[in-house]
Amino acid sequence: MSTHRTATWVAVAAALLVFGLARLPLERSLESTQRAAFFRADSLNLDLRDQLGQLSYAAALSGFRSLVAAFLWIEAHTAWEQTAWGKMAGLFRTVTTLQPRSPVYWDLSSWHMAWNAAIAARENPKEPSEFLRRRAEREYQQLGKEFLEQGIANNPDRYLLHERLGILLRDKFSDHQGAADAFGKAASMKEAPPYVKRLAVYELAAVEGREREAYEALRRIYDLGEDERKPRVLTLLHELEEKLGIPAAQRRVPVAPE
Amino acid sequence: MIRRIAAIAAVTRTELVRLKVFYFIIIFALLVIGNSFFLARFSFEEEFQMLKDIALGAMSIFSALLAILASATLLPKDLEDRTIYTILAKPVSRLEYLLGKLAGVFLLLALAVALMGAVFAVVLVLRTQIVVQATAVELSSLPAGELQAALQKVQSAGYDPALLAAGLVILVKAWLLAAMTVFISTFATSTIFTTITSFAAYFIGHLQSTAREYWMSGGDLGPIAKVILALVALIFPDLQAFNLVDGIVTGTPLPPGVFLKTLALGFGYIAVYIALAAAVFQTREL
Repeated sequence: MSTHRTATWVAVAAALLVFGLARLPLERSLESTQRAAFFRADSLNLDLRDQLGQLSYAAALSGFRSLVAAFLWIEAHTAWEQTAWGKMAGLFRTVTTLQPRSPVYWDLSSWHMAWNAAIAARENPKEPSEFLRRRAEREYQQLGKEFLEQGIANNPDRYLLHERLGILLRDKFSDHQGAADAFGKAASMKEAPPYVKRLAVYELAAVEGREREAYEALRRIYDLGEDERKPRVLTLLHELEEKLGIPAAQRRVPVAPE
Repeated sequence: MIRRIAAIAAVTRTELVRLKVFYFIIIFALLVIGNSFFLARFSFEEEFQMLKDIALGAMSIFSALLAILASATLLPKDLEDRTIYTILAKPVSRLEYLLGKLAGVFLLLALAVALMGAVFAVVLVLRTQIVVQATAVELSSLPAGELQAALQKVQSAGYDPALLAAGLVILVKAWLLAAMTVFISTFATSTIFTTITSFAAYFIGHLQSTAREYWMSGGDLGPIAKVILALVALIFPDLQAFNLVDGIVTGTPLPPGVFLKTLALGFGYIAVYIALAAAVFQTREL
């Protein structure tokens, strides 16, 4: 190798290292900016390698997380058709780990567990003990709730998961307080559709001791205009006015709606 | 100078097109169109989510493969065919030759990403329209305001303008891979060596940020481990920085600052790899 070529090689190696040092702060700054904007997911841990297999794990490491997640979701759908609930739960955990910013995956994972799997467990013809069937049902409902809670932790800015948590707490746990809080959080977000704020108030009205608060909120909704005066708003408003003994002159709905 | 580079670029692009590299577009089209029929059995949210995941994932794979495979053959093929001697015997500098070759690959990659993007866009728009029409029929009894909100939800689950940004980031990442591969090929002795080294660099590049953070944290590491991590952090590009697609497909709003900084980093890498390739190629014995 000539001296000239050696000198070139030394210069190239030095340039690579100097460029590497110069870009370090830029890369770190970009990484933290991307992370703050939810564009950098956490590194994959080794537990996931066992769940994914070598090839899919390598693909996920190579920047194809969303692609691997999509194929695993299709696999989970096949498992659903075979009512393999345990397998589905495992696949859902993997998919949501790979794509933690997709509300669709969190929402549907929760729905499959808390509704489909829970009902299948409750009506499992192979399990004669009603106690065990009920327990399995509760476990799947709890799993569905956990999916939503983890989804919210990863997507605090998405109204959908808060709304779904509210529905789950209302319908499966009869937790009106929790449901009201969840709907309330969803309603406070910019993208939330108008009905979410009504759902929050309906649940608040069912919480012992918070009827006055619910009444005030319902009045505010009523005052928004004709579009918001849905039959349930009017009925509930009338019931609360009766219950709280609101003077006739101050009532919005003095007569019970038909 | 520009004319000479443009001429070499045009010839390079034509040569690569004649290698029938565009066959993969047919595979891509089949994958996306086939999937769109298969995914129709899912809810529309699932369908659009997976269609985007699969289409953009496939665009990333095909563009990366094309970038490495097409760039790895550039110099070795010209050396083998001895075309390089004919070109360099004319008043064309080695820098112009290298830039022309790279420009040809860049053009090819831009064309490939644009074609894949067009196929994806057509399928996505068509599927969105079909779902919008089906939803309109299904929910026709709803009040106008609620129906409009439901249709808007379907529309926004389908087409998202940020997908264009995803395509652009995929293209810049492919250009970066092409520039890196050409740099490797300037000192490599064979196409196979260049290809294998480039793929290795591709995989290591995706782990670079992890290595960098371990090294910078200065944790409980031995001196050898520290040196290895430092070399990985300093020599390899941070390819994870270009994985904005995972976030974009989930509907996460892409701040313009993040997008522009990512592109700027990509162009920075490309410029440095071209400069290094030119420096090595200048002294290479042909």
